[in-house]
Amino acid sequence: MNDKAIITNKLTKKFGDFVAADSLSFEVGKGEIFGFLGANGAGKTTAMRMLIGLSKPSSGTATVAGFDVYKQTEKIKQNIGYMSQKFSLYEDLTVQENIDLFGGIYGLGKKALKEKSQKLLSSLQLEDDRNKLVQSLPLGWRQKLSFSIAIIHDPQIVFLDEPTGGVDPITRRQFWDMIYAASASGITIFVTTHYMDEAEYCNRVSIMVDGKIEALDTPDNLKEQYHTESMDGVFQQLARAAKRQAD
Amino acid sequence: MKQFIEFVRKEFYHILRDTRSLLLLLVMPIALMIIFGFAITNEIKNNNLAIYDLAKDAASQKIISSFRASKYFNISCNIHSTAEIEKVFQQNKASIVIIIPAQFTSNLVATNRANIQIIADGSDPNTATSLINYATAIIRDYQASLAQEANIPYQIQAETRMLYNPELKSAFSFVPGVMGLILMLITAMMTSVAIVKEKELGTMEVLLVSPLNPFLIVISKAIPYFIIGIVNVLTIIALSVFVMGLPVAGSFILLLGESTLFIICCLSLGLLISTLAQSQQVALLISMLVLLLPTMMLSGFIFPIENMPVALQWVSNIVPAKWYILMIKAIMLKGLGVAAVWKENFVLVGMTLFFLGVSIKRFNIRLE
Repeated sequence: MNDKAIITNKLTKKFGDFVAADSLSFEVGKGEIFGFLGANGAGKTTAMRMLIGLSKPSSGTATVAGFDVYKQTEKIKQNIGYMSQKFSLYEDLTVQENIDLFGGIYGLGKKALKEKSQKLLSSLQLEDDRNKLVQSLPLGWRQKLSFSIAIIHDPQIVFLDEPTGGVDPITRRQFWDMIYAASASGITIFVTTHYMDEAEYCNRVSIMVDGKIEALDTPDNLKEQYHTESMDGVFQQLARAAKRQAD
Repeated sequence: MKQFIEFVRKEFYHILRDTRSLLLLLVMPIALMIIFGFAITNEIKNNNLAIYDLAKDAASQKIISSFRASKYFNISCNIHSTAEIEKVFQQNKASIVIIIPAQFTSNLVATNRANIQIIADGSDPNTATSLINYATAIIRDYQASLAQEANIPYQIQAETRMLYNPELKSAFSFVPGVMGLILMLITAMMTSVAIVKEKELGTMEVLLVSPLNPFLIVISKAIPYFIIGIVNVLTIIALSVFVMGLPVAGSFILLLGESTLFIICCLSLGLLISTLAQSQQVALLISMLVLLLPTMMLSGFIFPIENMPVALQWVSNIVPAKWYILMIKAIMLKGLGVAAVWKENFVLVGMTLFFLGVSIKRFNIRLE
């Protein structure tokens, strides 16, 4: 085993003539918070779908948690967590039922599940609301619950697809605290986002433009390289060169 | 296995929490049975009859009294002129008029031949035909009673018997149809909507990223609707046996077995629809067009397939409910066994495999 959670080499996805993701090569270290940035239509989601086993690459190689994305998707699925752009919990189920469901899906034993759910509920301060339907919780709580459930099985890597969309700044800050805590416990975080202030929180950031990775470094190095004060400045300079229309 | 059980439990939560839909699913068959059983009936009773009696003698009185005794007719008025005939039709006072000519008795005695005119309201042809049949039967009865008195040596009487449905109850013809329609609607439509709902909400993606086998996901989604389908079958059979008085002539187990096969066929059709539709509305729309209309029109439920143009008869072959209804009629009404329905069985199994095969193929394409 090496100390890389994700390794890709010239990973490419074509839809007909359209190259959605063009020879992506990058590595993500274990426990790293890796920001995956790009405008809409730049190919972020396509790249992520290849890594989580929802889409087969056209060419190139990649391993996720040490497993091959072509042949070992089942192994990959057991070792990753995923929180989608849309809300990933069932709103007509209670908090506890959602926890039990996803715990069960990831094969947690009865005892482990009980411990986990206790810990999860107390850290989210949701103990009194465990039997409430998820739809009655405020959006911020739901997103935090959703993240906690995405890592309930202690995955090696968790993929977050724009996890903080529509959430207020305070909750976003709390959400990032949870991400840091998860990272500190050794979980690798792969996160796509639109918010440039969030990019600053990442250990390293890659910026995709027109299906290619145009920049990949720590936020500080990128700012220095592009002579600007903020990640927003970096992004503006790169995105201006984009030819593809956002979808 | 634990995964599977957790997942099926979740499906039951979804359905049980949505009380309104659940109620609809369980009550719909009962409502349909009642509508078809009591409100829509092919039997026509208590029709208004007008009589224009020109003879006014013992023979005409006898005929009139036998009309009065019939449960099908209700003598609403007597007419005294030809002009009035049209009036009673226009004012809806009667749907059939009987005219007994003045020379009725004398003709009968002198030439052995007399006429009675029956005029019916042809604007509703089905009713008119039935009424004329009833009226002719009453007149024929009268004729037979005369013949007995006259002692004519040679007499042929046709005795008709309606096999399998001696009283011509309409329940016999609609129960199999209602079963086909309900199962088609509930199992296929609801499954497709339930699966597409997960796609729409985005939860399907989360499930596909999880270690759950995609086919396990789909099967667990189908299981609650399978159970509801079985409950519906039992409800309908119970209603038809205890309320409509329609016994199950053949094997109950076979009936249940064939219903299970049909439910599985519908579920796989629902699965196929779910792979085609991206939103719940589209799934509903496809279900309506592909399931509801053909099942109503082309399955032999409402319109006899034999009366359709040849092209439509061909099309009716791809309607799964047609084959199911044929089987149910054979088992429930005629009391036939497996040997009589093997062909229908074969067709339904084939359709199920086809739907499943295409869905699996499409499902895989989507994952690529």
